[in-house]
Amino acid sequence: MKINEVILQSVSKIVVFIILTLALYLFFAGHNAPGGGFIGGLVLASSFVLMLLAFDIETVKKGIPVDFKLVAASGALIVLLSGLGATILGEPFLSQSFAYFDLPFYGEVELTTVTIFETGVALAVVGVVVTIILSISEDV
Amino acid sequence: MIESILTISLILFGVAILITFIRIVIGPTFPDRVIAMDVIGVNLISAMAIVSVLFSTRAFYDVILVLGILAFISTISFSKFLERGAIIERKRDI
Repeated sequence: MKINEVILQSVSKIVVFIILTLALYLFFAGHNAPGGGFIGGLVLASSFVLMLLAFDIETVKKGIPVDFKLVAASGALIVLLSGLGATILGEPFLSQSFAYFDLPFYGEVELTTVTIFETGVALAVVGVVVTIILSISEDV
Repeated sequence: MIESILTISLILFGVAILITFIRIVIGPTFPDRVIAMDVIGVNLISAMAIVSVLFSTRAFYDVILVLGILAFISTISFSKFLERGAIIERKRDI
């Protein structure tokens, strides 16, 4: 029997962008409010899961030609490098700093080095979760 | 006044979740249990909204959003599993 999936695919094409927006908000809300790299990475991975549910693995691989094992490894590398960057300046490992800058259109923003660390955490979480889900779903 | 109304509604949501839990335990078929778990998710989201009104805080809004997304994805995956047997397919037959 042929199954009609038009509603699921049309809804998930829009909902994926809502979930990506929430993931970006949670990522940048970190280090001052609930949120951060880990939760942002998990929500980002759930949007990938929704894409995999609505379509299939071949279509998603064609649309996003990224090896997620490589994403996880580069995330761990970014975390390590952001920790090692402090030791070059004579500070202890993983010590952080922040400053306030005046950016055009945004006004005064707080730029921290924690954001680099959180980027690495988010990339590692996305890579690991999507790799686990893809390897579980093989050969069913 | 408004505080007691909110407290009573929270208690009623708890009772509703308990009744739904009975449906999960004795539910005759698998789809009954799946729909009951989805109902528990919706009740939790509503209870979270009432808690954030009661405490007059904004800290639970993120919880509501994330819980809504998780309930949506889990409902979709359960219904796809019930209908097809496979959740994530390698190649669609178009």
